[in-house]
Amino acid sequence: MIAFLIRRIGQALVVMFVISLLSFSIQDNLGDPLRELVGQSVSEAERQALRDQMGLNDPFLAQYWRFLRKAVQGDLGNSYFFKRPALEVIMEKFPATMELVLGATLIILLLSVPIGVYCAINPRSWFTRVMMGLSIVGISIPVFLTAIMLIYLFSIHLGWLPSYGRGETVMIGAWESGLLTWDGVLHLILPSIALSSIMLPLFIRLIRSEMMEVLEQEYIRFAWAKGLQRRRIWFLHALKNTLLPVITVGGVQIGTMIAYTILTETVFQWPGMGFLFLEAVNRVDTPLIIAYLIVVGLIFVVTNTVVDLIYGLVNPTVKLTRGLA
Amino acid sequence: MALLEVKNLEVKFPLRQGELTALRDVSFSLDRGERLGIVGESGAGKSVAAFAILNLVSRPGYISGGKILFEGRDLAGLSRSELRTIRGNRINMIFQDPMMTLNPVLTIGTQMIECLRAHRRITPAAARQLAIEKLRAVSIPSPEARIDQYPHELSGGMRQRVVIAIALLTDPSVIIADEPTTALDVTIQAEIMELLLELCEHNNVALILITHDLGVVSQVTQRAIVMYAGRIVEEGATRRIIDSARHPYTQGLINALPERTRPGQRLNQIPGVMPSLMDIPQGCAFHPRCQLRIDACQQQLPAYSGSEHARVACLRVDEQERAQ
Repeated sequence: MIAFLIRRIGQALVVMFVISLLSFSIQDNLGDPLRELVGQSVSEAERQALRDQMGLNDPFLAQYWRFLRKAVQGDLGNSYFFKRPALEVIMEKFPATMELVLGATLIILLLSVPIGVYCAINPRSWFTRVMMGLSIVGISIPVFLTAIMLIYLFSIHLGWLPSYGRGETVMIGAWESGLLTWDGVLHLILPSIALSSIMLPLFIRLIRSEMMEVLEQEYIRFAWAKGLQRRRIWFLHALKNTLLPVITVGGVQIGTMIAYTILTETVFQWPGMGFLFLEAVNRVDTPLIIAYLIVVGLIFVVTNTVVDLIYGLVNPTVKLTRGLA
Repeated sequence: MALLEVKNLEVKFPLRQGELTALRDVSFSLDRGERLGIVGESGAGKSVAAFAILNLVSRPGYISGGKILFEGRDLAGLSRSELRTIRGNRINMIFQDPMMTLNPVLTIGTQMIECLRAHRRITPAAARQLAIEKLRAVSIPSPEARIDQYPHELSGGMRQRVVIAIALLTDPSVIIADEPTTALDVTIQAEIMELLLELCEHNNVALILITHDLGVVSQVTQRAIVMYAGRIVEEGATRRIIDSARHPYTQGLINALPERTRPGQRLNQIPGVMPSLMDIPQGCAFHPRCQLRIDACQQQLPAYSGSEHARVACLRVDEQERAQ
């Protein structure tokens, strides 16, 4: 276990180094930060002086080295727009995004497993046919379109659910949570559905096809020959084997969902990291952009490690505990 | 009354190209404690017959006719829950490949205890104790430790021992073993076969042994059935079949045994291959490969001659026997 963790942390460091290098290298290519930073009245000479002062004229590697030295101490630079540490700005928005991802993940987990299993067990039923058809539609429609249709139906037409913002929030320490107020939960529903709209059909199809394959296995036939109840065969013998590949793929997909939050947060005016990132791009707020990329990269690395750990716990042929993984 | 009686069993597979008949008119019986061998090449329908007894023919196959009488009850007509009281309880199975038979993500113990719990009222602790006993009975070393291990931690031979232990857990009347040693190393095959034979004798369990290995059949079984293209072509006491087979196909199989050839000589073989079940030849299915065929073999499906437990389906059997 410890050996596994140490190896994973080593790998994570390499990955983070590459991500930081890639993120930092966009610095020069996004446009002139000074255009946003100073007004039009500032002369070219003053701009040059300012560039020198900020180190923007230094060679790339020198700039990167300076950035890296500060970054390992948790300083990712100051946002040009907010005039505050970029990391601090992002972390303020972090809870909103994580709660949105949590909502979508819950929807995916609670729906995809029962539906996927049902569709695998009853491949010919009308429900399966409808689900398989709908899932293709779901995968094909872009998130922003789904989001707009949801708003039209549930907010404008039916008036059941709010269409933008987080609603009422509560501070728990530094974490701004919308989960503890009824208003906050109501605000979370539509964005969560929109965010899950691509992953949910993907998971249903994945679970269904994996489960169908498992049901053909010899050990399932043997389980029938043992005279076990079908519930036990389906939900223990088959499902446990089905979930192994689903966990691997699923973990990566949940990471990918953070990327999709950019679209969802924009449509629903959700004050999270994705929304912030889009604003930062518009303002050429490079430190903020870089900080965002690094934070998201870190989330990816962490989720993948956690997924590997869970996989090791579920799959007895992987021995994390003995450091052999 | 026989313990198990299969009457005119027919199994079909509806396929896109048409319906395939995997078994036709298969009848045999099994007495308490008896050991019956079912022999034939791959694709002869041996395994289908074995799985059909417990209505476990893989989809889309289905039993399209006949009866499977177990203690007088027709298994083909039972409801799912009634059938469940027979499966894994009174009639148990041993599969071919122990690497595939055990669930990789569940411990040996879980897979044993669930059998007991599915068929009788027993506490988990008592079931575990019984499972350990059965593991000891199949000579698994330190069963108290092995029971908590996963299948991948055991060798192929050990796994097949576990499968045999599972088959014995509920003290069944019949064990159906589908090529139980084919997937194992040659050195272990004899060990496992001997173990199975000993346990069946000791517990008075009837055994249906499906195999293509005539040597194994002659060591283990008292009676044997030879199948070809989904039909029984010969049945008789195992000794008699090995010593003086009556059907040309059985004769061909026995002649093909390496023991029947002198060292350095080419092995005997039956010319040709078994027909696909999609187009079984008219008349006797074996006629294209048969050296004794006459014109009538191509039109007429040979009826069985002889008694119930010593029968053969060949038009030329009388002439052959007169010639001897």
